[in-house]
Amino acid sequence: MSQFAINLLFVGGSFLIYIGIAVWAKAGSTSDFYVAGGGVHPVTNGMAIGADWMSAASFISMAGLIAAGGYANSTFLMGWTGGYVLLAMLLAPYLRKFGKFTVPEFIGDRYYSPNARLIAVVCLLVASLTYVIGQMAGAGVAFSRFLEVEATNGLMIAAVVVFIYAVLGGMKGITYTQVAQYCVLIVAYTIPAVFISLQLTGNPIPGLGMFSTHTESGLPLLEKLNQVVTDLGFREYTADVDNKLNMVLFTLSLMIGTAGLPHVIIRFFTVPKVSDARWSGGWALVFIALLYLTAPAVASMARLNLMTTIYPEGTSAQPIEYDARPAWISTWEETGLITYQDKNNDGRIQLYNDANADFADTAAARGWEGNELVVNNDILVLANPEIANLPGWVIGLIAAGGLAAALSTAAGLLLAISSAVSHDLIKGRLNPNISDKGELLAARISMAVAIVVATWLGANPPGFAAQVVALAFGIAAASLFPALMMGIFSKRVNNYGASLGMLSGLLFTLIYIFVFKGWFFIPGTANFPDTAEYWVLGISPLSIGAIGALVNFAVAFGVSKVTAEPPIEIQELVESVRYPRGAGGAQDH
Amino acid sequence: MSGHSYDAENYWKANLRLIFGSLIIWALVSYGFAILLRPMLAGIPVGGTDLGFWFAQQGSILVFMVLIFFYAWRMNKIDEKFGVHEE
Repeated sequence: MSQFAINLLFVGGSFLIYIGIAVWAKAGSTSDFYVAGGGVHPVTNGMAIGADWMSAASFISMAGLIAAGGYANSTFLMGWTGGYVLLAMLLAPYLRKFGKFTVPEFIGDRYYSPNARLIAVVCLLVASLTYVIGQMAGAGVAFSRFLEVEATNGLMIAAVVVFIYAVLGGMKGITYTQVAQYCVLIVAYTIPAVFISLQLTGNPIPGLGMFSTHTESGLPLLEKLNQVVTDLGFREYTADVDNKLNMVLFTLSLMIGTAGLPHVIIRFFTVPKVSDARWSGGWALVFIALLYLTAPAVASMARLNLMTTIYPEGTSAQPIEYDARPAWISTWEETGLITYQDKNNDGRIQLYNDANADFADTAAARGWEGNELVVNNDILVLANPEIANLPGWVIGLIAAGGLAAALSTAAGLLLAISSAVSHDLIKGRLNPNISDKGELLAARISMAVAIVVATWLGANPPGFAAQVVALAFGIAAASLFPALMMGIFSKRVNNYGASLGMLSGLLFTLIYIFVFKGWFFIPGTANFPDTAEYWVLGISPLSIGAIGALVNFAVAFGVSKVTAEPPIEIQELVESVRYPRGAGGAQDH
Repeated sequence: MSGHSYDAENYWKANLRLIFGSLIIWALVSYGFAILLRPMLAGIPVGGTDLGFWFAQQGSILVFMVLIFFYAWRMNKIDEKFGVHEE
């Protein structure tokens, strides 16, 4: 069977499962559509949260980022898991007790202000739409690489599949497809990692393998890796960072942003009880950790594998000839994600750090005239099975896994978007008397429109796809998280405080990002170059969400202090969300 | 819950104490051991590197997991003790 047929079999098979689930889990009411009827078991929900959360960024990009950055990019590992501690202790149980359908609904009720709700809807839409672009674009890349279809056509296929199960089943369909998608993606991620760990260290558990001995050299794997990369002028893989403030703030922004992302929060509304919401957080992190504990191993081993592929005789010997390169390099060259340029015309592939001034003499002595191979970080996980010479079915599995990761997150985001439109905008503002049936129809139509918009944006990704993800986290961290947390932990913060807090946190964060990244990301409009020497106190625009959250808290408390305290019924509402007893299923007003 | 009784207040305080303690550990392993205190832990070797690196790439995630389950378990006990648990 050809590789194409194998890939088709795996991807097609997984899609059939998703559609089968959609038909089985059709939503009959708005409660089914928004919160899966509120009857999801906490372990099931944990698994669904895992798939909901782990996007194309986690599955495809993260290991590549860590491989390139080493210790410095541990921020992603801690940031994208530590947020669950905040969710499980500071938000999820109380929002579950509140028992409504959407995140803006809580903000609107708690701050007795339709305007606060509207601000929350805007934040939700911006954060979720920017996030969904990346998912659709990721699905397009996976399709074009593995199924040899045009990225745009691949996107259309993905959109149709999401359309079927998300529009038909709403949260109910999404929950059970996410469970299936979690299984596909975790198997796909783990199997190649196990093989590679066995090859390099003899340890079948990748997370342990990375801290054990590299069989070939007899050195600890990370020591060997440090040696290889420093021989070629790169920073030590495990090297400490100088700018610790920025590392702390970036990690904190990712954590707070994770906790404030609406598509994750609404998953906690689907469990029957408050205590289930707490357990769900723990289970979610278990299922996420299965991938996140493997990712750093994949990163270090793939980096070592790449280096030894190019320098098979060791770093002091000659690198391989271009004509003798392995097949996977030429396959990925076709996609443009690996590029080669023979700068010194010796027919060999020199891969080293030509930006390192201290290494320039060594390079010159060896007759090297610049780095010749550029490898895009994103291919690392997808190419992993090929780099390690694994059988064809593992490659098919990776294709299905990458698509599962992208589609499950896209579906969760689309649900957050459509429920904000149909429940918060249409029912909450335009037509409060709409019937349950009418609202369900409105929810389905907004979901369909959201899919069309997301597909269009995925096919025509704005040039700033990488930056917008930072924007999504910045917005969630600076606007939604503080408003939600204060709504639960303070009885004193009132409508003015919350609204102005959200607005100032949001504006502060946006302006800081735009000043360095360009206004609305339009190239050439940045006021300062996006480099460390221009950043205020060395804080990068990616890390500013944490400061934005502080601004939000400060403004909200300050304004609330000088204005009237919330009405007594609101203070009672705050009391009631703090005590688990009496949490019915999530329901309408 | 009537919300103003003595017990309700103590229930909430018990929750806040538990959250506060958990978040100290949460911050200590990630911002502490993995980032700011890493140079201090540099002398403790772990599989070819140091303890701080391990906390940054794996240890903190493991601690986060334990923390959430511990919190969920303790809160269930506290819910019952104060009679605010669900039926």
